[in-house]
Amino acid sequence: MILALEMFRSLPRTVAGRAVGARVPGLLSGFAAPLRLVTLDAPVVQRPGWARLRTRLSGICGSDLGMLSGRTSLYFSAVVSLPFVPGHEVVADLVEDCEDLPAGTRVVVDPVLTCAARGIEPCADCARGATNRCSRITVGDVSAGLQTGFCHDTGGGWGQQLTAHRSQLHPVPGGLTDEQALLVEPVACAVHTALRAGVSAGDRVLVSGAGAVGLFATLALRRLTPAAEIVVVAKHQHQRDLALALGASDVVAPGEALRRVRRSTGAFQLRPELSSPYLLGGVDVAVDAVGSRRSLETALHATRAGGRVVLSGMPAAADLSAAWFRELDVVGSYASAQTEPGGRSAFDLALDLVGDPALAAVAAGVAAYPLHRWREALDHAHSTGRLGTVKVAFDPRRTQ
Amino acid sequence: MTRPGLVLEVDDRTPPLVVHEGLGFRLEDFPLGTRVIYPPESLPAIRDVEAAIRDALLHPVDSDPLPERLFAGMRLTIAFDDVSLPLPSMRRPDIRQRVIEQVLTMAAEAGVDDVEIIAANALHRRMTPAELEHIVGERVFRSFHPQGRLYNFDAEDRDALAHLGTTELGEDIEISKRAAESDLLVYVNVNLVAMDGGHKSVGIGLASYKSLRHHHNAHTMVASRSFMDHERSAMHHSAWRIGRVIKDTVNVFQVETTLNNDVFPAPYEFLMKREWEWSVRDQASMLAVRRGLALAPQKLRHKLFHDLRAPYGLTGIAAGEVEAVHERTLERVHRQQKVEVQGASDVLVLGVPYLGPYNVNSSMNPILATCMGLGYYFNSYLNHPLVRRGGAVILYHPLDEGFNQLHHPSYVDFYEEVLAETTDPAVIGATYERQFAEDPWYRHLYRTSHAYHGVHPFYMWYWAAHAMDHVGDVIWVGGDRRVAARLGFRAASTLADALEMASGSVGTSPSITYLHNPPHLLADVRV
Repeated sequence: MILALEMFRSLPRTVAGRAVGARVPGLLSGFAAPLRLVTLDAPVVQRPGWARLRTRLSGICGSDLGMLSGRTSLYFSAVVSLPFVPGHEVVADLVEDCEDLPAGTRVVVDPVLTCAARGIEPCADCARGATNRCSRITVGDVSAGLQTGFCHDTGGGWGQQLTAHRSQLHPVPGGLTDEQALLVEPVACAVHTALRAGVSAGDRVLVSGAGAVGLFATLALRRLTPAAEIVVVAKHQHQRDLALALGASDVVAPGEALRRVRRSTGAFQLRPELSSPYLLGGVDVAVDAVGSRRSLETALHATRAGGRVVLSGMPAAADLSAAWFRELDVVGSYASAQTEPGGRSAFDLALDLVGDPALAAVAAGVAAYPLHRWREALDHAHSTGRLGTVKVAFDPRRTQ
Repeated sequence: MTRPGLVLEVDDRTPPLVVHEGLGFRLEDFPLGTRVIYPPESLPAIRDVEAAIRDALLHPVDSDPLPERLFAGMRLTIAFDDVSLPLPSMRRPDIRQRVIEQVLTMAAEAGVDDVEIIAANALHRRMTPAELEHIVGERVFRSFHPQGRLYNFDAEDRDALAHLGTTELGEDIEISKRAAESDLLVYVNVNLVAMDGGHKSVGIGLASYKSLRHHHNAHTMVASRSFMDHERSAMHHSAWRIGRVIKDTVNVFQVETTLNNDVFPAPYEFLMKREWEWSVRDQASMLAVRRGLALAPQKLRHKLFHDLRAPYGLTGIAAGEVEAVHERTLERVHRQQKVEVQGASDVLVLGVPYLGPYNVNSSMNPILATCMGLGYYFNSYLNHPLVRRGGAVILYHPLDEGFNQLHHPSYVDFYEEVLAETTDPAVIGATYERQFAEDPWYRHLYRTSHAYHGVHPFYMWYWAAHAMDHVGDVIWVGGDRRVAARLGFRAASTLADALEMASGSVGTSPSITYLHNPPHLLADVRV
């Protein structure tokens, strides 16, 4: 038996979440989220290539918070299987041998449950390495679930044990701490975002948001693309400092983003009636690293005609007029792929990046909570910007 | 010699003194011994203004009479000082209207029909039709504006600019092509302070950024002693070099006018009197105005002040050759404004009023307040600054009147972005000026809306460069602390607090001078 946090089906809580979640997310996730601490049988998938893992650390991601506070679109309800144990940013030890990996190996988990994990013939996307676009995430050896952490059968990082397929596992080099390893999955997503951004030499890039997603995207954009200028929109001082350390050319406050982009790109600013201003001209590429309406509209409004907007955060409803009028390429960036442009997997690239000294500082600031303090952890995760933290995680090994 | 009664030392019997602070004023008790410098009393105005104008045009200095310089078939251009002069705006009829009407009458008599009238606004905002009409009068406006022959100068219209060459120091001279290629350019000026007029009129008023950047920069401003003394002002030296080249190329007929100190109309006349001479009626007016201002919302106070029109009187007019005319003008300005003062003090106190040259019908944002206090008032001296090197300047202004998005869009960016990085005028100029000056959006707003040019906030900051270089402390009484900090200064609640804060640099018993303006005065400081 293991201790785990379980998300369960609760119509009243889901309705309450959708009604007030956006306004008082901390209150909701702390006291009214459809989440409970339970004792479960350890998850096991009796198929070749699967093995049990003991969780060392598991992060709390923005998508987890969105789900718990009812802000996630019902679009995703078809690709999860309730009840499930959340947690897809996972550092764990192998409890048993898994093909070539011996028991005790410390691994990080690529959470996407691809055709390989499901024991079925690879779909066209999986066959060419675009595993994050897998078309068969509801069939095969395990229940529906786009990722570990959203699937009933696999368990997730918010439990003491979970199970994963060999195709998901990446051994952690000995030089990395658990906290650094915890950042591998979100950095891999950032790597994918940076490569989806299609940045050309000399491009100006705007990153809207300086939470974990925005900060890691900044690092990936600086290291993996020929971007000339990366402007990051940050609300808090520690985010400003980190963004600069991770490669931002400039950091601006949310209310100043459009004005700064306007000036640095020589764009024209227009102010429509009863609406927010926008630019004619602007950056070549914008990354929405928050997913809020305001952040997404900042990205859309600050991008030049024909430019590209990358949805890195799970997006909210927003005015897409700019995408039509300015002929923007709006592209999604979901999870990460086993074969990124260049041929390497996003996790391999991420494992190279997490050794960065600025990221080591982020890792050193990871706030870890035992499972039973989950309300406190979620409240902390809701307020990371204000409290000076980048990543909050569960450490199921801890009792205090 | 000192004009009697204009310099006062505060003693036991001295009443509280008026200090302007934005859209209002306060009565301040100054420490005993504070030296107060009052503006000289207003000179008597010329009674027959029309005759004086006609006389100046018919008997110019070092020039043929205007009618002899006019001929049929010629191209005549009339340029005039824009809305930044005088302050406040003059009651109708504006003196420029009266001069322009007589020039046009003479031109008509000579059979001149190719006439254009240009507001010499340089990089200032375009004036609205109503503002143009206020200056040139209804008849001139109606005759010229609809046909496009009365317009604002556009320093960004490349096709309408003429490059006349460079000075011996390599300074570009680029001015209005129409003015440069006219058979005669008549410039109609209003000299409110000693800084105006002379070669500054055409050489700056009708010039582009390419030309202005040579003297509107931090280095030149710091090297000027003061802006009100064209012989010791590096900015004026440059303008004079440029003006002399223009003089060799362009046929200029300069008309300069000077005004007396009748700034405030009823019921605000008491503001032009010394407090210890206030009558019962003056005191009642003061109380009524103060009470009214205290109760009025910000918008109403703004309207009350910006609707003021000054009942100025004309003290003189001269026409003809630029430098010869300007000499006479300066003599009249000095006669009206100059006050002899002995020695500099440790602390200079200045009240910054609601109005400066760049917020007519607009708001006095913190950058303009800085320019008004540390640029204009600090520089209201001849020979030596009123405050010793390393001393303190204490200014009164709330620093919170916001930015006018129509008139000052680049100011917002300057405040939010540039001043957030540095307040050093030299660094600001080297790092950011070009980008703002060439920004296409600011250009667009300058040309098609009513925005000051993108580079204008830089110029405002440069105006303060000499003061910032000279003094050790700048403290704003009643100023928003956050804004003051952004500007690189400090804020205090009261004068006593400000003096306490400045005690580190000027000691606990500093000598204090209060420059009691407006109306304007020019301190002739003898050390």
